[in-house]
Amino acid sequence: MIQLKVNGADQSFSGDSEMPLLWYLRDVLGMTGSKFGCGVGLCGACTVHVNGQAKRSCITAMRDTAGKEITTVEGIEMNGLHPVQKAWMQINVPQCGYCQVGQIMQAAALLSTKKNPTNQEIDEAMSGNICRCGTYQRIRAAIKAAAEEMT
Amino acid sequence: MSSIENVSRRKFLTGGVVVAGALVLGVRYYPKLLSGTTFLRNTNADHAKLNPSVYLGIDPDGTVWIVAGRSEMGTTSRTTLPLIVADELDADWNRVKIEQAVGDKRYGDQNTDGSHSIRSFYDAMREAGATARFMLIQAAAKQWGVPPAECETELHVVVHRSTNRRAGYGDLTRAAAKFPVPTREELKLKPKSAWRYVGKGHVSYDLEALVTGKAIYGMDARADGMVYASVEHPPVIGGKVKSFDDKEALKVAGVHQTVAIDPFQPPPAFQPLGGIAVIADNTWAAFQGRKKLNITWDNGPNETYNSDAYKNELRETSHKPAKVVRNIGDADAVFAKGGKVHEADYYVPLLAHASMEPMVALAEFKDGKATLWAPTQNPQAVQDIVSQQLGIAKEDVICHVTLLGGGFGRKSKPDYVAEAAVLSKKVGRPVKVVWTREDDIKFDYYNAVAAMYMKAALGSNGKPTAWLQRSAFPPITSTFDVNAVYGDPVHLQQGWTDIPYDLPNLRVENGPAKAHVRIGWLRSVANIYHAFAIQCFTDELAHAAGRDPLDYLLDLIGEPRTIDFKGVEYPNYGASLDAYPWETGRLRHVTEMVAEKSGWGKRKHSKGSGVGIAAHRSFLSYVATVVEVEVNDQGEVRIPRVDTVLDAGLVVNPEATRAQFEGAAVFGASVVRSGEITVTKGAIDQSNFQDYPVARIAEAPSQTNVYIVDSDTPPAGVGEPGVPPFVAAFCNAIFAATGKRVRDLPIAKLGLT
Repeated sequence: MIQLKVNGADQSFSGDSEMPLLWYLRDVLGMTGSKFGCGVGLCGACTVHVNGQAKRSCITAMRDTAGKEITTVEGIEMNGLHPVQKAWMQINVPQCGYCQVGQIMQAAALLSTKKNPTNQEIDEAMSGNICRCGTYQRIRAAIKAAAEEMT
Repeated sequence: MSSIENVSRRKFLTGGVVVAGALVLGVRYYPKLLSGTTFLRNTNADHAKLNPSVYLGIDPDGTVWIVAGRSEMGTTSRTTLPLIVADELDADWNRVKIEQAVGDKRYGDQNTDGSHSIRSFYDAMREAGATARFMLIQAAAKQWGVPPAECETELHVVVHRSTNRRAGYGDLTRAAAKFPVPTREELKLKPKSAWRYVGKGHVSYDLEALVTGKAIYGMDARADGMVYASVEHPPVIGGKVKSFDDKEALKVAGVHQTVAIDPFQPPPAFQPLGGIAVIADNTWAAFQGRKKLNITWDNGPNETYNSDAYKNELRETSHKPAKVVRNIGDADAVFAKGGKVHEADYYVPLLAHASMEPMVALAEFKDGKATLWAPTQNPQAVQDIVSQQLGIAKEDVICHVTLLGGGFGRKSKPDYVAEAAVLSKKVGRPVKVVWTREDDIKFDYYNAVAAMYMKAALGSNGKPTAWLQRSAFPPITSTFDVNAVYGDPVHLQQGWTDIPYDLPNLRVENGPAKAHVRIGWLRSVANIYHAFAIQCFTDELAHAAGRDPLDYLLDLIGEPRTIDFKGVEYPNYGASLDAYPWETGRLRHVTEMVAEKSGWGKRKHSKGSGVGIAAHRSFLSYVATVVEVEVNDQGEVRIPRVDTVLDAGLVVNPEATRAQFEGAAVFGASVVRSGEITVTKGAIDQSNFQDYPVARIAEAPSQTNVYIVDSDTPPAGVGEPGVPPFVAAFCNAIFAATGKRVRDLPIAKLGLT
């Protein structure tokens, strides 16, 4: 039996401990904000926070979540919108939007450790998150806008 | 309005006509007067108190329901088309609720591709809004005892100015519903000066849902009692299962059963590929069970296909005289005279779509009816293929359209939706089929691999005195017709037969090529390889002549004129040449404008840096692009800046349009940098983003500046036209920066170090 916290709530899981966290969130808990994009940690669409750090939930086995605190987009902000989400709306980042939850989780993790990231730091932090619609220049602008808002 | 008129309209609408004429009638189709009519699914708009159109209803509380008949994959068509309705209605956008239509021919063409949602539905949306506004004014005027002509509308209210009376739209719905639906001739459309939303635009209706994870894509659809499926398809197209052993698969916890799906009967069209499906409690268990399948395949005739050998075949074909699809003067006679000639071979490989959401669909077959929830660009095609596959009537197929996690043309082809439907029928429960990224890359309908041979005879000033271009590519029509080997007019028009240069002698040819994989349309389609060849060859000729590429390009485009397509089969993207003539002056204008905006010839470029230019018309829009690149000593290519100018006629949503062109540059960057599907013994070599990379943040342009030409000409496409000129301009910039000519895509194999 694996005990973990998801968005502050205690959860326990007794299924296949090899099952990636992504499918537990989506198929078992019904939290579909985190997306399946590649299944091998190459695209970032499934990004969640594990103990505050951005992780690819599609390659994070359930056995490695024992005792951990998981935060998904559903729990990133309990009151209204997170500053990163607000910036994403202000800059009008999404096109199809499918990757954007992962982008937002990655960006929020970046800004939690770097208050004012440079372009290069943004590019490095966001390099694992693919957007096929090509919203990258707005992602960069939104991260800067959020950084300003958060300081 | 008499019931006779309505019945005649109904007959017309149900006659399978999906051309513009039917759409216009559809807008004024008044279902409330038709007793006994049943729709596949009634919308809130249908149920609203005032419902003068299939696209629109207004309730007494003032809520305006607008039906989005086209799919949303990121281009904002689901927002922008309703904006047109709301504008003409003078509706408050905050009181508009958008409903997504199921697949139903009453909405007209729903195949959301070809960059024509705005173009084809602009008039229909305006008329829907104007019709409701007309009826609301009639109701208010009657209530007040004044002539309707004295009444006007402000935001969500009808006003009679001289008596200072006002009535909200909601309050008028009951009375308005008693008036007949006006004819087209009675409608007064708003003048441009009164437009609220058109030309100003709006962010996506779904924006907040998109950033909070609440948006529902196909991947997120759920149904009670649903099971999950993952399908092992034949690795070679047209192959089939010889034998299989599922003992180990069935031992995986959560796996229920395996189901064999029949192979398709050629041509593939939108039929399921066949194979073995693993049905399980959750997606992960289905994936795990599938890995334990032991299948022996009969690969069929395409097993002999290797993309390396095929490339050589295409090139040889492109070097032999072929079918002439456009001719001016006598290019051969000029070539025969000898003199200076420049030749080049261009090549673009197969390309995959790789939308971020892999193919996925949920199907429930119950009581002889199929209900689907799918991220599809084409819900009526879903109805067609599912009805064929299950042997039920098209009307018994309900296709709900979710949001799409990208489409780029792939999701116009509903093989994956049909797969879910077939499985639900076999399993007897709702089934959600989830494709892996590997499935998505390996079982795509690829953009055609293409070889282009270019030849020009050059006069004393370096200008061509004769021009020959010959292409060979497996046509999209091969997906629907096993015998198709030549390019069809719909795809040859895409930047090939419409080469816009002012040339005295021109011959455009196309040679045969047989397909061995499924070929399909991908964002901007044949324009990618055609524009690449023509615009890069133009750059080659400019350098050969020692001339500035911009000046040379303008020289070839020539003076403003309308291209005469006499003797050429030129479909003009389904639009008439009267409404959308091919005007070289507009191409010239965007080219001159992008030169100015980008500071062409004025900026200094250090070693390893340079700019390239290209201009192209596609989907009726004229676009010119300048790309700046920097190549370092390690051969790494950066794109610091892109400038692009578009003339797409009237642009309804400029903000969304800019986003489309920013995205097109990134899409084009992927094509140039790394886009390549290769094939060994009939099976696709690539599988996921490690071997089919797409542009990441640092590989995308750092800054794309988009400039929109102010125009009142009819609206044209914006989703696709940004890609072709970007691809060519990027390659021309690489030449400017490095002296290395890009003739084979992608550049990953060029060796820039």
